[in-house]
Amino acid sequence: MDDFIWRALLAGLAVVLMSGWLGVFLLWRRMAYFGDTLSHSALLGVALGLMTGTNLNLWVMLICVMVALLMLYVQHNPALGSDTLLGIIGHSALALGTVALTFLPNIRVDLMAYLFGDILAVTWFDVALTWGLALLLMAVMARVWRPLLALSVHAELAQVEGVKVWQVSASYMLLIALMVTVAMKVVGVLLLTALLIIPAATARRFARTPERMALLAIVLGVLALMLGMVISLQLDTPTGPSIVVAASFLFVLVQWLPQRSG
Amino acid sequence: MSTPLLAKLENVGLRFRQRVILHDVSLEVYPQSILTLIGPNGAGKSTILKVLLGLQKPDSGTVWRMPGLRVGYVPQKFHLDHLLPLTVERFIGLKLRRHDSAAVRQCAVGTGVEGLLEQPVQSLSGGELQRVLLARALLHEPQLLVLDEPGQGVDVTGLSELYQLINRLKQEHGYGVLMVSHDLHLVMAAADQVLCLNQHICCSGRPEAVSRHPEYLRLFGDLRTAGLAVYTHHHDHQHDMHGCIVPLSDTKGQTHG
Repeated sequence: MDDFIWRALLAGLAVVLMSGWLGVFLLWRRMAYFGDTLSHSALLGVALGLMTGTNLNLWVMLICVMVALLMLYVQHNPALGSDTLLGIIGHSALALGTVALTFLPNIRVDLMAYLFGDILAVTWFDVALTWGLALLLMAVMARVWRPLLALSVHAELAQVEGVKVWQVSASYMLLIALMVTVAMKVVGVLLLTALLIIPAATARRFARTPERMALLAIVLGVLALMLGMVISLQLDTPTGPSIVVAASFLFVLVQWLPQRSG
Repeated sequence: MSTPLLAKLENVGLRFRQRVILHDVSLEVYPQSILTLIGPNGAGKSTILKVLLGLQKPDSGTVWRMPGLRVGYVPQKFHLDHLLPLTVERFIGLKLRRHDSAAVRQCAVGTGVEGLLEQPVQSLSGGELQRVLLARALLHEPQLLVLDEPGQGVDVTGLSELYQLINRLKQEHGYGVLMVSHDLHLVMAAADQVLCLNQHICCSGRPEAVSRHPEYLRLFGDLRTAGLAVYTHHHDHQHDMHGCIVPLSDTKGQTHG
């Protein structure tokens, strides 16, 4: 197998590992829209990175972390917390990023690679960065798993029982921001939320505990990744969308299987 | 003071967009005592609980809780998303840093839900859910129980049993209980102290005294004459916590509506 396929597979595996742990909470906390807002704003980071000629990853990370903190503020101020506001932030950043990219005089920018991902172009550095973040994420998730679960079940009950709501919410949001930075290369900013929610939603049917649902989401994510890459290489289709198509296919497929859980 | 105070509110006031939610509310909660809040919809009952629990900051007044106070809370609205697979056992144990099956089972036995531990939370009926919530509140030996309408969704027979259970828990463990309730006739039987609320405290005191207070009568009418107070009848059987028919015990003397 060619080198680029190995790199793609390794980076993809790390991203799927992250999206499994994070995605289930996106479902449980009804935050799919937050995922969109965050990933859309990544394009603004790309534009800023290219314009200033500095490190792209850092800019994307910076913008995503800033938007995550902004959303956290919105979430804790119910007067502002509406889907409308999230939509405004995410789409404004996406549009602003796209417009800004056209102003770059000397650089040929492949916009499609940012919108839909270009996993076959990842470098060894990207692979190392992705795995580094994946390990960091798992270490943090191991610490916040229980309080985050309690929070997702009932925030006020958890708070009365001593969960530090703000800190736990903030760590979760920041983890999504970090994941967006590396997952952008795999499926692109437009389809990133799909990677978070589709395998998790598929896993729900078979899971009786929260942990099993997350593990199953990872397994299904890996399946979708491999299936998508095979489709992409065989039929010469864009890889990111192919992975999401594979994930959706699995979701539809399991709806026909008998249900085991209540 | 002989009995230690668990928590108190002093002259608490709260507004939301010009609307007065609470005005000058003071109350004290003691161990081994049930303080019940009653009042019409929108009177601020749940808000008082949230202020006392520290979930909501008041605009004025002070909130005091005993340092290190362990609280068991039953919130008013509980709904678990269908997408979250969770058994009753895990739900009750979420309160603990490390899951403890024995402790969870013990609390479940206490509220009569030990048979439901393997069930998904979403499959519970309204009455079962309230008992499960109560079991979670009881875990980790709380000193104060804060119950927001613990009787919602519970049928009439189950209701009097639920209040008897709360009463028994108070006596056996010495919990202080602060609760909101709509079940007026049962409140009057089960509370040590009743606080009638309508943004401010209309009247308070022993149940018998409150039920004769003019402010109470203006808000709720006279239960004895309005015909609201339920026709009294005798049952030749009663239902236990699972709805099974059990013989009527002499001690309980089920005469309820």
